Amino acid sequence: MKLKLHIWRQSAPDVRGGFETIAADNVSAHMSFLEMLDVVNEGLIAEGKEPVAFDHDCREGICGTCGMMINGNPHGPWEGTSACQLHMRAFQDGDEIWIEPWRARAFPVLKDLVVDRSAFDRIIQAGGYVSIRTGSAPDANAVPIGKEWADEAFDAAACIGCGACVAACPNASAMLFTAAKVTQLARLPQGQPERYERVLSMVDTHDSEGFGNCTNHGACQNACPKGISVDYIAQLNRDLFKATLMDRPDEAAV
Amino acid sequence: MELNANIPEGPIQDKWDNHLFSMKLVNPANKRKYSVIVVGTGLAGAAAAATMGELGYRVQVFTYHDSPRRAHSIAAQGGINASKNYQSDGDSDFRLFYDTVKGGDFRSREANVYRLAQLSGNIIDQAVAQGVPFAREYGGLLANRSFGGAQVSRTFYARGQTGQQLLLGAYQALERQVHAGTCVMHTEQEMMDVVLVDGVARGIITRNIRTGKLERHVADAVVLATGGYSNVFFLSTNAKKCNVTATWRAHRKGAGFANPCFTQIHPTCIPPSGEYQSKLTLMSESLRNDGRIWVPREAGDEREPQRIPEEERDYYLERFYPSFGNLAPRDISSRRAKEMVDGGHGVGELKNGVYLDFKDAIERLGERVISERYGNLFAMYEKITGENPYKTPMRIYPAPHYTMGGLWVDYNLQTTVEGLFAIGEANFSDHGANRLGASALMQGLADGYFIIPMTIGNFLAGRSGGSGDTAHPAFAEAEDGVRERIGNLMGVGGSRSVDSFAIQLGRIMWNECGMERTADGLKDAVRRIGELREAFWADVRVPGKADDLNQELEKAGRTADFLEFAEVMCYDALARDESCGAHYRPEHVTEEGEAKRDDENFAHVAVWEFTGVGREPKLHKEPLAFEYVKLSQRSYK
Repeated sequence: MKLKLHIWRQSAPDVRGGFETIAADNVSAHMSFLEMLDVVNEGLIAEGKEPVAFDHDCREGICGTCGMMINGNPHGPWEGTSACQLHMRAFQDGDEIWIEPWRARAFPVLKDLVVDRSAFDRIIQAGGYVSIRTGSAPDANAVPIGKEWADEAFDAAACIGCGACVAACPNASAMLFTAAKVTQLARLPQGQPERYERVLSMVDTHDSEGFGNCTNHGACQNACPKGISVDYIAQLNRDLFKATLMDRPDEAAV
Repeated sequence: MELNANIPEGPIQDKWDNHLFSMKLVNPANKRKYSVIVVGTGLAGAAAAATMGELGYRVQVFTYHDSPRRAHSIAAQGGINASKNYQSDGDSDFRLFYDTVKGGDFRSREANVYRLAQLSGNIIDQAVAQGVPFAREYGGLLANRSFGGAQVSRTFYARGQTGQQLLLGAYQALERQVHAGTCVMHTEQEMMDVVLVDGVARGIITRNIRTGKLERHVADAVVLATGGYSNVFFLSTNAKKCNVTATWRAHRKGAGFANPCFTQIHPTCIPPSGEYQSKLTLMSESLRNDGRIWVPREAGDEREPQRIPEEERDYYLERFYPSFGNLAPRDISSRRAKEMVDGGHGVGELKNGVYLDFKDAIERLGERVISERYGNLFAMYEKITGENPYKTPMRIYPAPHYTMGGLWVDYNLQTTVEGLFAIGEANFSDHGANRLGASALMQGLADGYFIIPMTIGNFLAGRSGGSGDTAHPAFAEAEDGVRERIGNLMGVGGSRSVDSFAIQLGRIMWNECGMERTADGLKDAVRRIGELREAFWADVRVPGKADDLNQELEKAGRTADFLEFAEVMCYDALARDESCGAHYRPEHVTEEGEAKRDDENFAHVAVWEFTGVGREPKLHKEPLAFEYVKLSQRSYK
């Protein structure tokens, strides 16, 4: 099939960008979306032009590196699918496709479709872990965990950190990302000792990184390639509320 | 090149404990005087950095990704082995050790493998304590499954995303140390060279991927956790950025490269669909627990799979290997699939696959159980192929997946360069000629959490910490070399894209050094690789600028290194004039058609020394002694 692509081109973070229209004439329905971009890039290189910069790595939907707005949808039209797993049979001959980077103040554009998502790492640094020392763990079966709880922790842990939730949100909020980690650890006995400190600290960092607040649009859940539920944001809010009210040891002692 | 494996004295089950006691320790208050560079943030790198930071060392961590969580360990699907014996089915450290040495076709070092088995249980404890959500039974205990030919259920798993969950555990442990200030994280920094001062590794040169700026980093020791080199085949299950550069640059600086021809071909991947194919997607081999592999008995049968009656199907693995059936080891299953496709029994539009059929399992267990076990894999398959595996059998074909070869290391995981260590897939240590399923995660984490943090202390203890300086001429020399090479790549100004060369190299390697290697083919491959390398340096086109985010330049540097490395792989495959494990020379086959080892002449680790680009490298041998495992011909009948 033949497609008309409108791709965001921006040579550097502080340079004004714009759409460039590029014809993709040799597209097979079996190609992945990124393979289609590979072919486009090979064409640009042959013409002596600079190829389109885009992030990608595993190309099997698990590393979370790829991400782009495709016709206004994070990762494109397929539900529960990252851009690398989107295949061209989703499109028809003659389609026009608009391809843009994630848009959010906390995710500045670096070049073309590549954005800086390091704010996510800093949210995890703020408490997205269990403080366990290597080698001092008890036997793995010492604490049984009901299957339902373990399963729910897993559902929340499935987040790949791609940033689609932020791109989808009208407030550019990263609450779904933050809530997924908070919920995973809140569902497990191992996460209990630091549960309330964790949520306070992670939400603090979330806010200071420039992400917006959650106002319950739910666009994040629809955009998430891993089906992370907005219910976890409710869970986060419950924990946050409780944490702000509960009697906790002195900050200095924590 | 001296190859002293430094294996501790004593019976095999006491070696690691004896070693822990005899190693020198660094006083807790002194640890902060020592700095360590860790390159790579996969399971091995993240675990090592987090643990060394926690112990008190100052750790500098590098990844070319935008976040440490992107490392390719994240894509491992199936599971992680541990000799917990939670199922009371007769497992033990000794059995896991024995299976691993045997599975590796007796080409690995006994002492290392035993230690791996001993540490395997600690990994599970560690991961569970971190909040890794492993699969559980209704009673709340951990679930296990049998995996990849094992006759005990010792594999722990987290749906089809075990690697992701274990990596996120290690990543979070690392970020905790970043928060604590013991680890400094350098993202988007690609290691371009190792810096040796007076023969000792003291630092690295990196290129900032965003800006193109070259940087010097100094430390008291350097740990490479940079993964494997399957992308030498271009089409592999590895992520697109996986490459050999870090280990190859170390090799050029004097680190011996061990068994580079030992590469694993995974039997269950989705076959390519066309010329534009950029990578291959693995379908976890856990699918083989319930799926049955078959091809049409009649070559060239064009019928839809559902229209082929039972008696006209050839369940060839069940036929060849009645006791192991569809769970025959990876190398054997792969070769048999190739044999079927080469014989005209291939299925799918391009006739390049075999069927993996769940019909019987769905009838037996119901769609819900199958969906619970493999739901995400089935969904992934459907996205890629447009076919629903609940209704029509999957099509699979082998693909390069893992590399057992890597930098030679001793028992302490130190390479032949003093102060330079290699962990995880980047080293050669534990898998011999073939890696068993669910043991890569185990090895990466054992190296990272439990081995390197101990052995590095022994190395550092006798030295004065923090004495290095990036102003040393060795740093300037290495940086100049990197700058010159980048200038050369940018300066060729040819007509062909980087990928066109990478694809061509991949075809040579897949055809001549893939599932089957012949002496004639390998000799020819060495010649063709040399020609291709010359063509690359005469005609490659790298657009853009060097001091910018330039993904083509990144690829060009990695491809240039693959074009040097590929030769040593072929030399190694040629020199190893036997078949063993995944290394299959049709000249050496048993009457049953299996790999035929030559223990008299090849029970050794082949370690290669760099002698110059395009020159035959020098072979050294570390003999392998087997005291605890009885050498036998593998039989999976």
